[in-house]
Amino acid sequence: MKDERPRTKERVKVTLWTLIVPPTTWAAHFLFSYLWAAISCAKVGKFATFPTLFVVGTVIALIVIAASGWIAWRQSRVPGDAPPHQDSTDVDRLRFLAVSTMLLAGLSFVAVIYTALPVVFIGNCR
Amino acid sequence: MRWQREATGTRVRLRRLAATAILLITGCNRHQSALAPFGAEADDTLSLTIVLASGAAVIALGVVLLVWNASRAREHALSESGGLRLVLWAGAIFPTVVLTVLLLFALPAMRPLPESDADLRIQVEGEQFWWRVRYAPPGAAPLMAANEVRVPVGRTVVFELTATDVIHSFWIPGLAGKMDMIPGRTNQLVVRATKPGTFRGVCTEFCGLSHALMAFDVIAMEPAAFDAWLAEARRTERASSGRGAQAFDRRGCGACHAIAGTPHHAVIGPDLTHYSERLTLGAGILEPTVANTAAFIRDPSAFKPGARMPAYAAMPQAEAEAIARYLKGAP
Repeated sequence: MKDERPRTKERVKVTLWTLIVPPTTWAAHFLFSYLWAAISCAKVGKFATFPTLFVVGTVIALIVIAASGWIAWRQSRVPGDAPPHQDSTDVDRLRFLAVSTMLLAGLSFVAVIYTALPVVFIGNCR
Repeated sequence: MRWQREATGTRVRLRRLAATAILLITGCNRHQSALAPFGAEADDTLSLTIVLASGAAVIALGVVLLVWNASRAREHALSESGGLRLVLWAGAIFPTVVLTVLLLFALPAMRPLPESDADLRIQVEGEQFWWRVRYAPPGAAPLMAANEVRVPVGRTVVFELTATDVIHSFWIPGLAGKMDMIPGRTNQLVVRATKPGTFRGVCTEFCGLSHALMAFDVIAMEPAAFDAWLAEARRTERASSGRGAQAFDRRGCGACHAIAGTPHHAVIGPDLTHYSERLTLGAGILEPTVANTAAFIRDPSAFKPGARMPAYAAMPQAEAEAIARYLKGAP
């Protein structure tokens, strides 16, 4: 008997919640960067040669943002009418949310990288 | 005639532009300018400034050309999808790439210079409105000074900066970036001078009435000359007899100021042991002549509003001059 349930990637849908995931991740990573630098400099006194925890945190943030970007990208390809998608219909709402999420994911992805680069390059507690 | 009026208008505008340019040019100098660097960090900052300014000029020119092109395009020659593509490439992708490249170019320059325990440390404390300076060479006795900083060329020097009253900021534009001096906290600034000369530093955090009058001289010396100066300065002792020394004693100057070799060791005001060598009086504001020094002693607030030193208006001019001559090195 064939499984009637849709596959996972067909079940995920962009919502207002998906929309706020990339900027929230960016904000969380920003806070994490400051807290990590302040705590590790205060506790250890010098900068780690390889900041494992920071790299792991940054990779997780990038994966979360990329995942919401990927969901949004899939949803933005749902067939429908031509732009502008500004009517109060389910399809237009979905496409609007999808495109917005995609743009926010792009912005947040770049922003997380910009936040992480100084840690890699400056590598100093002063 | 209309063309005559236009020509006159252009001439007036040009004249105004020239007047403004001349006013701005008066700010140009080589002793207190980030555009005339004598330190490793200031060199990096200057090259970054040149790259940024040229890049910004090229981008501004590109935007002007695009606008000019768009405003002259024939009707229907430009499509909406072409415009959106332009926004995507020139408005999002290009700035992201440029900013990434700039970040990668600028970040290594922000890294502090490497330092070790063997480097000379100079502790500078900001006070309203002067600088307490203490040279702490590794493995040798420290030297107290004020309102003047000497650094050896080619060697790494660590400035340890703090303040006693309010927040000040320590900036030698030709040497390195600025660093705040915060009461209760010591900030480090690592520098390396690259050429000898006499320069100037300033306070760059508003700290009170005479904030704009809080400066200091910076002398970058060849390493051998610096070592010789430091050894000699540490040995300096001033006589405690003579007319000027007696007046200094009698007037209670020693309640605030120290002079090596005399019984005066107070640390409230600037150390005056090496006053005779200083290039300026009152933290970088006056020529240290006998006349200026005497005038400053009798009424410091006339030169530095808000200065903590009291006025000695009742002191006879001759006595003030005797103290000034003593400070200037007379026995």
